Amino acid sequence: MSANFYYGVEVFLNGLMAGVMYSLVALGFVLIFKASGIFNYAQGVMALFAAMTLVGIQNGQVPFAHLINAIFGTHVKEFGWHVPAFLAILLTIGVMILFAFIVERYVLKHLVNQEPIILFMATIGLAYFMEGFGDLMWGSEIKKLDVGIPQGGNTWIEESTAFLGGEEFYGFYIDSLDIVAAIVAILLVASLVLFSQYTKTGRALRAVADDHQAALSVGISLRTIWVIVWSIAGFVALVAGIMWGSKSGVQFSLSLIALKALPVLMLGGFTSIPGAIVGGLIIGVGEKMFEFLIGAPFLGGATENWFAYVLALLFLVFRPQGLFGEKIIERV
Amino acid sequence: MNEMTDNSTVGYMTDDGRQIGGTMMEMKNITLRFGGVVAIEDISFDIHEGEIRAIIGPNGAGKSSMLNVISGFYHPQEGEVWFHGTKRPTTRPYKVAQQGIARTFQNIALFKGMSTLDNIMTGRMTKMKSSMLSQAIWWGKAASEEAEHREKVEEIIDFLEIQAIRKTPVGRLPYGMQKRVELGRALAAEPKLLLLDEPMAGMNVEEKEDMSRFILDVNDEFGTTIALIEHDMGVVMDISDRVVVMDYGKKIGDGTPAEVLANQDVIDAYLGVSHD
Amino acid sequence: MLYREAGDYKTSYAKDNQTFPIKFDRVAYYVLLFVAFCVVPFFINDYWANAVLVPFLIYVIATLGLNILIGYCGQLSLGTGGFMAVGAFASYKLMTAFPDVSIIIHILIAGGITALVGMLFGLPSLRIKGFYLAVATLAAQFFLVWLFNRVPWFYNYSASGQISAPERTVLGINVTGPNVDAWAQYMVCLVFVVACVWLARNLTRGNLGRSWMAIRDMDIAAEIIGVNPLKAKLTAFGVSSFFIGIAGALLFTVYLGAAEVGEAFGISKSFLVLFMVIIGGLGSILGSFLGAAFMVLMPVLLKNVLVGGMGWPTDVAAHFQFVIVGGLIVAFLIMEPHGLAQLWRVAKEKLRLWPFPH
Repeated sequence: MSANFYYGVEVFLNGLMAGVMYSLVALGFVLIFKASGIFNYAQGVMALFAAMTLVGIQNGQVPFAHLINAIFGTHVKEFGWHVPAFLAILLTIGVMILFAFIVERYVLKHLVNQEPIILFMATIGLAYFMEGFGDLMWGSEIKKLDVGIPQGGNTWIEESTAFLGGEEFYGFYIDSLDIVAAIVAILLVASLVLFSQYTKTGRALRAVADDHQAALSVGISLRTIWVIVWSIAGFVALVAGIMWGSKSGVQFSLSLIALKALPVLMLGGFTSIPGAIVGGLIIGVGEKMFEFLIGAPFLGGATENWFAYVLALLFLVFRPQGLFGEKIIERV
Repeated sequence: MNEMTDNSTVGYMTDDGRQIGGTMMEMKNITLRFGGVVAIEDISFDIHEGEIRAIIGPNGAGKSSMLNVISGFYHPQEGEVWFHGTKRPTTRPYKVAQQGIARTFQNIALFKGMSTLDNIMTGRMTKMKSSMLSQAIWWGKAASEEAEHREKVEEIIDFLEIQAIRKTPVGRLPYGMQKRVELGRALAAEPKLLLLDEPMAGMNVEEKEDMSRFILDVNDEFGTTIALIEHDMGVVMDISDRVVVMDYGKKIGDGTPAEVLANQDVIDAYLGVSHD
Repeated sequence: MLYREAGDYKTSYAKDNQTFPIKFDRVAYYVLLFVAFCVVPFFINDYWANAVLVPFLIYVIATLGLNILIGYCGQLSLGTGGFMAVGAFASYKLMTAFPDVSIIIHILIAGGITALVGMLFGLPSLRIKGFYLAVATLAAQFFLVWLFNRVPWFYNYSASGQISAPERTVLGINVTGPNVDAWAQYMVCLVFVVACVWLARNLTRGNLGRSWMAIRDMDIAAEIIGVNPLKAKLTAFGVSSFFIGIAGALLFTVYLGAAEVGEAFGISKSFLVLFMVIIGGLGSILGSFLGAAFMVLMPVLLKNVLVGGMGWPTDVAAHFQFVIVGGLIVAFLIMEPHGLAQLWRVAKEKLRLWPFPH
């Protein structure tokens, strides 16, 4: 087979990897939507904020340094210490849990009975708020995130597959980071599915997702569940933030990943955890293959900006509930 | 039961001397399924012009689903709907509305963002013909049409005695008032067939008497044919001409209120017997 | 006592339906129009025009358009930036291809083209609802920006990918280009605003407006009582896109003068106009004014206070702005989901009774 064919396969494999990365973000959305019916646009910014906080803690940055400097005319920047990666991650998880508490108390509690569109717009507002807040707290310059995950093309894979495709082909180039991300994603999904199916809290979560009133009437505290869910989503956001941040640095564009997660959700259904993975894979592969086969040669490239949405759109027109979502039966 | 083909165009006289017209609507062997659940199973009945037809039965019998089939919202997997002697093709609900069928809903379906007046004006939707351009510049037909239909709507407001709440957003109205506004919206369409889904739900005796009076007046003054779902047997006995009884998606009774009351199947399924 | 309806009764349905039933409001409205047309042009300067008034007027039109779609018809759209781009590029192509035709005509036709594009991208709304639809409109947003970036025909094959508005005049006065007077920019936008508001008011109070609101409130019941959902949704997309296209054309020709599609019409633009709609008040024409005013004035105010007054660096001020806007959106949605317009309405209710408490 020609080298081109194997390049195609490489694009496919990389598409799968990209898809996994999307799924990581989509997972956070699914969790929150399942438990509270809210489509949390802020999930992407949460990933950015978590990554920024992680880097900030690791590097001993002074929070709100720029603001303090602006008000008091000082020039503080760093505390001077370095926190090891593992501890920094734990502390960041703590921050995200605190964030979940605050969001529940000051935002969610007050919006309980509103229509979905209002809730969605509230999360857009929250996203903007977190964006500005995160920038004020840690500064908006690009930061390097390093928690020790191997990066760069995996040489073992490259060398062992170089024999395919003749002289023009140099072996599959697959980033080690992507492989780690895939493993992490699988572990995360597995544990989330187990959690939701087999633990008491998981069952309570599913009850809340189905019917708030009924859940209340059997003694489930909605507020506790929401804090738990947003904390888990915060943790998932941190994982996504670490993966994406390691790959391309911690910067504003990380929050735009949320926008990419949307077509993933449309394909996989908003309420399905496995759907987030499958949807992510389909979008990842679809995007990359379309660009490789049609976008770059015929359309001038950069089709990845919009292809995912058009794909999801077409899908939705023919199957409005996505692949795994519940079929919507309208009653009147 | 095979009344449907026998009395096809022939009317009848009720016990109290009202002349009922020929068949207006016929449901023939309707079967409606949702996935594995059979909501309606092989039901046939007819509605005659000018009559008040009650549909009764326990909860979950499929009564609202039947109304949804008549409105064109649900499409039965089997069976046919005949309106004024022609078979109705599978069509969208708004086209059914244009044919002269209006309805109220079990859980009030008013437009909460609008006032009473605007809600009832939406009932005139099928009658308003001015083009978008004319509305955009508010010239000619649009303006005059608006005033003309407003007059008709005011007549209905008078009829239902809801003048005081004309400009109130309906979300703020008490339940009983909302039900009346919904009836007003249905009446505004000047329908040939009016479908009422539990119009007396949640009302006390006085309110039920008011609503019954409205329903009888509508039938009497405007000649509107009425099909209503109702649980209160006293109301059913008093105001309806004929009754269909449904249970678990099947028809178990069809006839005048007296006939149906005496039907053993109906007694077993729904009415029960009084224990003295 | 001043602001009352007592003694002011209506003798015809037409009078009952008018926009300003209270006499005080009517008079105030005429005074405002007089000031806008006959007083401001004489006092306006470049700074006020460019920083505040012209963008305000342009965004009023865009907000009006988006409000019709989201506030009146309940169809969520995140494609506003892309549609503004359609208006801008359409006007650019028309102006460069037919240099002798008046710019006003070009802008109107650009609006029409945007309406058609809007209806096309609105077709999925027949099958998709709620935020699924929002995602579909994102497809429009990203695709359109990509299109105007990648297909050189749209920017007349210029090397930079930027489009520049050629100099044009209306009644002999410059309205575009580097030599334009502040008051001319202002007047052109003002005339468009008045026309658009008039159209919007007429459409929303008639049968079409009611059918939009019916779809928004209960789309199934709406169809059952006779609203044709195809017609209602597509006209909402069409009218909305018409307004948004005009706003985009004006933004490009009169205000910016030159534009690069990614910067000027990206997704942040879609969110900006969405915020104007929410803060101003969904489903309200007055709300469109209030929301646009808020989002245009606030950065100017913040910059003057924080950077000018307190000496903060501009990036910190910019972050602060995000915090405030985001926080206000959440606060508004919690306290008053119907936005500034509702606050205004409540204030007026209280004023009608003043000085009595109830």
